[in-house]
Amino acid sequence: MLIKQISVFVENKSGRLAEITSVLADNGIDIRALSIADTTDFGILRLIVDKPDQAEKVLKEAGMTVSLTNVIAIGIPDTPGAFAKAMKVLSDTGIGIEYMYAFISRDEGRACVLLRVTDNEEAVAALRKNDIEIFEEDKVYKM
Amino acid sequence: MAYFAPEIECASRDYLRAIQSARLISMVKNAYENIEFYRKKFDEIGLKPEDIHSIDDITKLPFTVKTDLRDNYPFGLFAVPQTDLIRIHASSGTTGKPTVVGYTEHDIDVWAQGAARALVAAGANKDDIIHVSYGYGLFTGGLGMHYGAEKMGATALPASSGNTKRQVQMLMDFGSNLLCCTPSYAMFIGETIREMGINPADLKVRAGIFGAEPWTEEMRLEIEKSLNIKAYDIYGLSEIAGPGVAYDCECQNGLHICEDFFYPEVVNPDTGEVLPDGEYGELVFTCIGKEALPLIRYRTRDICALTHEKCDCGRTTVRMTKPRGRTDDMLIIRGINVFPSQIESVLLELNMNPNYLIVVDRKGNLDTMEVLVEMQPEMFSDTIKAIETTEHKIEIALQSTLNVYAKVRLVEAGSLARSEGKAKRVIDKRKEN
Repeated sequence: MLIKQISVFVENKSGRLAEITSVLADNGIDIRALSIADTTDFGILRLIVDKPDQAEKVLKEAGMTVSLTNVIAIGIPDTPGAFAKAMKVLSDTGIGIEYMYAFISRDEGRACVLLRVTDNEEAVAALRKNDIEIFEEDKVYKM
Repeated sequence: MAYFAPEIECASRDYLRAIQSARLISMVKNAYENIEFYRKKFDEIGLKPEDIHSIDDITKLPFTVKTDLRDNYPFGLFAVPQTDLIRIHASSGTTGKPTVVGYTEHDIDVWAQGAARALVAAGANKDDIIHVSYGYGLFTGGLGMHYGAEKMGATALPASSGNTKRQVQMLMDFGSNLLCCTPSYAMFIGETIREMGINPADLKVRAGIFGAEPWTEEMRLEIEKSLNIKAYDIYGLSEIAGPGVAYDCECQNGLHICEDFFYPEVVNPDTGEVLPDGEYGELVFTCIGKEALPLIRYRTRDICALTHEKCDCGRTTVRMTKPRGRTDDMLIIRGINVFPSQIESVLLELNMNPNYLIVVDRKGNLDTMEVLVEMQPEMFSDTIKAIETTEHKIEIALQSTLNVYAKVRLVEAGSLARSEGKAKRVIDKRKEN
């Protein structure tokens, strides 16, 4: 139900992203989605990959500062108002969103939105109750 | 309790003063007769070697400063002809010309005795292997501890610095008992041991002697934990002699000075007035035991205090506090004195990696200071907010210690250069502009 996201601490130095992603490439790890949060001095690269545990291991071995974080993946139909509905559910339940990013899933005409919230279990329960689709782990890794 | 030279280290104060008086008289005569620089200086103030009757007369003598060595570069202050020299060392000379120090056979022996006293005080015995990871060369660290180890009859292992994995392998395979290097390199060796998957408890190393750069009490505890050893401080400076001028005993309550060779005073750095025991000031040495470069009242720029109280270890020799920092390591940021060692203390108190870099710059008319600190995996959180909170926490702790604001920037673990010799902690861009 929760998706393992890889987070990597990245200093603002040219070439750093190339180094990180080539470690993944060399180990045959496929990237599903990514986002970067940036400040003046550093950024956090957040990645969804097909093999998160292995990705964490190889990045650590390459000397990177890495952590695994549990996030929620929800499926949003391609119709106006669908995303607003999901946001309203969380807001009504009083759940805070730390960050989010989205990608269009390949086969089903829906967007996949990745969310980091203040309380995963409460968020999942509220979303389910309101018929919002929660993607399973395997499905996201294989998308 | 073991001593290398109990007849000196545990001698009565009267006996020590008698030795010091005799040696001061003959070294002043040597300096006056053989070094033009000192002859001129004495003549200017109307002082004759005959005016020196005992160690109490030392305050009549003029000071010597580092620029005097530079002005007489390279050999101008040597009191002996070159045929009597058996070795030359030179300082790293980060600014201007290096300072050059010559040694006679007697001088090398004096220095080796100092280093040997330090090793025995740290618990070394003749059955030990002394792993010396100080650099060998013009720098005094490597050869200083090497000769000390041989002098006391232990087995010296001249590993020198660099190739850290191989060093760790040797520590394992040879079963070295004592490690000698800079404190920053000791930390790096500790990290490497872990990286190689070795448990420090499996090594036979039981103690380390670390010096050549200022380090704090917190750093001592960190090294002791990281390498599972007892960590001893050692003091030396290239102008006087390398490591072994002063050293820790097992009480670790101040460094015992080899005062039969190097007579210490602490003076007010502004007035030159001699300060009593317990008061902090600039450390000054007179090389009463040396022939080739008999420096008189040499101003070390190190800030410390002395005590003549007998130590619990049984030694009676004068002790100096760990130097608070060298006056020339000191940074002046917006008029406030900052010693890099203060930053090390703060980081260790916060359980952070003490491998840091200070970048000083000037924006407009205002000095800026930025401190780069390595992020550690357990500190890393997935959100920007949490990282900024950590940076802010360090900034507050630094501000309360330094009384001046420093911006803190977390950088990737392992991204600050590891030092194999003296660590470079400061980049002062103000000097480049």
